Amino acid sequence: MTPEVSVLCLLFILLVPFAGAGLAVINAGLGRSRNAAHMMLSSLCVFALAAVVFFVVGFAFQGYPGGPAYEFIIRAKPWNWIAAGHFFLRGLPLDGSPASLLALLGMLSAGLAAIIPLGSGADRWRLGAACLSTTVFAAWTYPLFAHWVWNGWLAQLGFIDAGGAAPIQAVGGITALAVTWVLGPRRGKYTSDRMPMAIPGHNAALVILGCFLVWLGWIGLDCAGAILYAHAEPTSAVLVVVNATLSAAAALLAVAAITRIRFGKPDASLCANGWVSGLVASSAGCAAMPPAAAMIVGLVAGALVTYTVELLELHLTIDDPGGSISVHLFGGVWGILAVAFLAKSPAPAQWLAQLAGVSTLLGFVLPLTYLIVLLLNRISRMRAAPEAERQGLDLHELGAGAYPDFMTHND
Amino acid sequence: MRVVGFFLQFAGWIIVLAAIALLQAAPQTAFALAGFLVQLLGVALAVRSHLIPHGEQE
Repeated sequence: MTPEVSVLCLLFILLVPFAGAGLAVINAGLGRSRNAAHMMLSSLCVFALAAVVFFVVGFAFQGYPGGPAYEFIIRAKPWNWIAAGHFFLRGLPLDGSPASLLALLGMLSAGLAAIIPLGSGADRWRLGAACLSTTVFAAWTYPLFAHWVWNGWLAQLGFIDAGGAAPIQAVGGITALAVTWVLGPRRGKYTSDRMPMAIPGHNAALVILGCFLVWLGWIGLDCAGAILYAHAEPTSAVLVVVNATLSAAAALLAVAAITRIRFGKPDASLCANGWVSGLVASSAGCAAMPPAAAMIVGLVAGALVTYTVELLELHLTIDDPGGSISVHLFGGVWGILAVAFLAKSPAPAQWLAQLAGVSTLLGFVLPLTYLIVLLLNRISRMRAAPEAERQGLDLHELGAGAYPDFMTHND
Repeated sequence: MRVVGFFLQFAGWIIVLAAIALLQAAPQTAFALAGFLVQLLGVALAVRSHLIPHGEQE
């Protein structure tokens, strides 16, 4: 890799924190006003903690192409299952080499993935418990699956995921699902006959602002991933940006049209979730799809988010205030599968490789994550006390609200 | 039901992996799809076990 390409990658990687900022702002806007400061601080804390934990142990398990790794052999074929690097990035010169750039991208990606579950646990997930969950996530779950996807046995099968739709988005979405199951719904969300009550977000303007930030961050994430993980030419960055933008735009327009037809008016929070869902779905094939295919991916992702939000809330009694499960899990899985059919020149058994990736998410990551979250809940109660939920986590856990000059409504 | 659901997800994953690692051509496809269907059954059971019972919420 030439020094110019290294600098270009570094610039792309420096955009990734904007995605984290965007998700934090979206989650804060979709939650209650009395929990806004708590959500923003939680996002910053889990981002910071994930970066530190990934530096200490995570990258040793994730590794990099050509790095030391453990393998097992089936029918004389070696399958790479976990990296065997050093803790604290020992022995890794931070000099702009691909491995050092991957370490940096991994730190920020782990932080981004750790923010995703905060959206589903909004208004009731304690800060300390979120940090504890993030520690295990950044130390084990994320690095192990990221290794499989980018260097390990899934990569050997031909699994395509340049922008991290599986290890970042879908794993984040699965953690969000596990957290929601363990936490349960917010107080007052469901009536005794299981009917959901509307608890609207407190600031739609903040949510829409978050969409612009997320778009900027995604461009960095997809471009850096395409060059470092998929070994695309640096000039393919233009295609990646076009694909990400078209997919997000198509998803947003799909949601706006569907909600306009169904409810008479476009829904702002669903449109925002649709925009992010388009970005999530385009991540996997960002460097492998033509722009028209990216638009199709976005259209389906938008429709998917509209109906899955309703399915989860109405029929499955899953209270996900930030829409993290619909956006990141369903959008990510759709993006992974879409690569098999919409990539420019897919391999003959490409769908099998993509199916293996989705199967691993359902068969390994979901049970493991649920078990971890359940155990952590036994160690330290994850849900805030009823009084804290009534008072608001800002006052209860931080001692001050996000909007001290304004009176807030009682629920 | 919850434990069975998660067990089916894991078992289905093992079937998919075994199909990919040990089989070739048509049986591979059939077994991989069968494993995935087992997983979907497991997901359905896990989701069903997490539904809020009637009368629990206020």
